[in-house]
Amino acid sequence: MATTPTEYPGQDASQPLAERIREAARERTPLRIVGGDTRAFYGRQVQGRPVESETLSTAEHRGITFYDPVELVVSVRAGTPLTELEAALAEHGQMLGFEPPRFGEAGTVGGMIATGLSGPRRPWAGAVRDFVLGIRLINHEGIEQRFGGQVMKNVAGYDLSRLMVGAQGTLGVISEVSLKVVPRPLTTHSLHLDLPLAEARRRLAEWGREPLPISAAAWLDGALHLRLEGGPSSVAATRERIGGDDLDNAFWPALRDHRLDFFTREGARPLWRLSLPHRAPDLGLAEIDDTAMLHDWAGAQRWLRADVDAEALRRACREAGGHATCYGPCPAGIEPFTPLPAALAKYHRNLKAELDPHGIFNPGRLYADL
Amino acid sequence: MNILYDARLDGELPRRDPAEVRADLARHLPDMTLLDREEDMRPFECDGLSVYRALPMLVALPDTLDQVRTLLARCHALGVPVVTRGAGTGLSAGALPLEQGVLLVLSRFARILEIDPEARTARVEPGVRNLAISEAAAPYGLYYAPDPSSQIACSIGGNVAENAGGVHCLKYGLTVHNVIKAEVLTIEGESLTLGSDALDAPGFDLLALFTGSEGMLGVVTEITVKLLPQPETAKVLMASFDDVEKAGLAVGDIIEAGIIPGGLEMMDKLAIQAAEDFVKAGYPVGAEAILLCELDGVEADVDDDCARVRRVLEAAGATEVRQARDEAERALFWAGRKNAFPAVGRMSPDYYCMDGTIPRRALPRVLTGIAELSERYGLRVANVFHAGDGNMHPLILFDANQPGELDVAEALGGEILELCVAVGGTITGEHGVGREKINQMCAQFRPDELATFRAAKAAFDPTELLNPGKNIPTPARCSEFKTIKQAADAPALTANPHG
Ligand SMILES: Cc1cc2nc3c(=O)[nH]c(=O)nc-3n(C[C@H](O)[C@H](O)[C@H](O)COP(=O)(O)OP(=O)(O)OC[C@H]3O[C@@H](n4cnc5c(N)ncnc54)[C@H](O)[C@@H]3O)c2cc1C
Repeated sequence: MATTPTEYPGQDASQPLAERIREAARERTPLRIVGGDTRAFYGRQVQGRPVESETLSTAEHRGITFYDPVELVVSVRAGTPLTELEAALAEHGQMLGFEPPRFGEAGTVGGMIATGLSGPRRPWAGAVRDFVLGIRLINHEGIEQRFGGQVMKNVAGYDLSRLMVGAQGTLGVISEVSLKVVPRPLTTHSLHLDLPLAEARRRLAEWGREPLPISAAAWLDGALHLRLEGGPSSVAATRERIGGDDLDNAFWPALRDHRLDFFTREGARPLWRLSLPHRAPDLGLAEIDDTAMLHDWAGAQRWLRADVDAEALRRACREAGGHATCYGPCPAGIEPFTPLPAALAKYHRNLKAELDPHGIFNPGRLYADL
Repeated sequence: MNILYDARLDGELPRRDPAEVRADLARHLPDMTLLDREEDMRPFECDGLSVYRALPMLVALPDTLDQVRTLLARCHALGVPVVTRGAGTGLSAGALPLEQGVLLVLSRFARILEIDPEARTARVEPGVRNLAISEAAAPYGLYYAPDPSSQIACSIGGNVAENAGGVHCLKYGLTVHNVIKAEVLTIEGESLTLGSDALDAPGFDLLALFTGSEGMLGVVTEITVKLLPQPETAKVLMASFDDVEKAGLAVGDIIEAGIIPGGLEMMDKLAIQAAEDFVKAGYPVGAEAILLCELDGVEADVDDDCARVRRVLEAAGATEVRQARDEAERALFWAGRKNAFPAVGRMSPDYYCMDGTIPRRALPRVLTGIAELSERYGLRVANVFHAGDGNMHPLILFDANQPGELDVAEALGGEILELCVAVGGTITGEHGVGREKINQMCAQFRPDELATFRAAKAAFDPTELLNPGKNIPTPARCSEFKTIKQAADAPALTANPHG
């Protein structure tokens, strides 16, 4: 049955947040917006020129304000720890379909939305933005505004809710978000198949055209790792058909949170995330061995640990139809996010100027001029 | 309040001499079809909401992208408003022409550019019909999931502009979830690529911002959609109820059981009767409501789920649960639902289709409210819903030839939408605001929120030449709307309906 707000602990700190923003707008003070501050590595440093930036934390503004498992909707304040939200959903056999990564226990829902990162289930279930139903946003005048809502379909006005996903807090302070949640799968089973990369690609392409209950596929170190999720009958049948060895389901959260050896070893070399069409072949760069990469998302998200010529890498990704993000440690002078074509960059600046005219929200966090 | 563009409330539009505009466009675009005779422009005077009509200054029918680019650049230079039109099936007068504007018709852009079975994508021009994509993908065992009931006619460009939904959107998502990339032209004629062939793109999610933006931010000129493998099997259950409320509660029960059906639709008595008369779908005439529940996926799972759903429906008080025996009967069950609008249309000279979305738990309350309003206004209302996602389509039956009856239908419709907002819902789930619901936007959003929408628009179209008068009301319109509402002594409107 529907639960009421009082069943979840929390506190409403939207007023003090709004007040700080009004003050910052008056003083033209850039704000570095943080939740748990677990994702500071992702993106550029907030620029504090000419005025030194101040940190605005949403951590006090927390708690689930609404959760109705029957409606498949949860509304949650930005400062709520992600783990707290996921635990509440699990109690009702539900989850966030996009499997958000956790980079530390302190990570918040606001940070999850602002960075817009999704986990291994992304190609099959959708990304963060696909589950956002509505948002509360504190704007440059310190007014909390509501866009979207708590219903599944809503086309009244522009979709400003989804616009905030991945905008890195540069357009306003997300104070609350409503999300669509999904039932947990009845059955989960993971498999491990020793296969060369080319053969893994071939099989994934073939399986992708059939309605198989695959919910994660990652190739690394000579093996394809697969997760099957769905009804017991179809999972069993698919397991039978695909073969391979059983794999601990714990592989996936470890991949999601970058706890696999691949991510933790050789910490000094930059980690690159390549977002490519899943069928994109090897990049063909002399200095890169494609089989040394981790190919997640059935090939649509590839991780690379290497000192590479960023320009050459980005060009190769662009030619393949994708882009490359430097996850850090980013070499000096290298932008974390792929620079935008000129016309697109212009409209990004226009939008920033319209929604954040004083340039107080995370200036420089996404690109230098936003 | 008059529905046609009203300079006093919607803002002054530039007035250009039609002959001069025509001459300018003819000079820069000698090969483009340009219509200016009344009889040639008539077919374009309205969209699917045909009670609202206006003739544009000119109708442009470009064949090439260069022509569209030049047309936009010229209109921008001349200060002439542009209204884009796809197939014209919209139900909110989004493509309603402007007397002082050019109507840009994209119907000639109807080529499927590429079906890539490996990538599971289709790259298409904006004028391609929704269903044509699935037809072209079928030989590869793939299909395009969003299936508006208008899918044989509506264009994919219009679907993107409205973020169209369909009966399968509960499980497979709306247009926004199924489009990966779009090429757009701004009013200045600049090309932008939004999204990418990968699963994300750097920068702001402008693809999401443009989806559902009703031709207000730019013109969509090419779309890449995601294709899905056809499910191995699909089975449909039809449950009859002797009480609408029970049917409404059964919807929640199915979802609470952890099942997300491929489609979950509800129709009330009047709609059942109309559909049965029209399509002979085998619907239980006399039932107060039916639920159609489609389960799709892998054979073994679907059989399990059918059994579970049947139990849930029976426990919820269904008087009968029937499973379509074969593909033919399944198609028939859906034909009744997909033809519900025209079927209801046969019962009455005119009908007016609403599109509110509500939290499902509010269904009983809203249905009761609609019944009361129907009684009060003296017009019949048939109810058809995408029940799974709370998107309702009350159909108001009226006769436009009876003096004043359109006004009554509009007033009743307006109250239904405000009821949706009052229970935490929205005035439009998939048909868009367009011109039709421009006043109700003042009920759903506060003035400062509307100002933020206008700011987003200004980033792309600062001189407001794209589809002026649609989607986002001006402050002048909202203050007039509120004055009229108060004068009518209607239930007080709060400026902040959400909280
Ligand atoms: C019988 C019937 C049933 C329907 N059922 C459904 C349904 O189940 N679900 C649903 O969502 N809708 C439904 N609709 C509504 C309608 O079909 C959809 O809104 C559809 O997406 C409109 O497409 P269109 O090509 O006809 O667009 P049009 O009506 O031509 O235009 C709609 C809007 O989009 C803009 N536009 C069109 N093309 C472009 C472009 N290329 N670039 C920028 N802007 C553009 C126009 O300016 C206008 O604002 C139904 C309509 C009818 C008549």
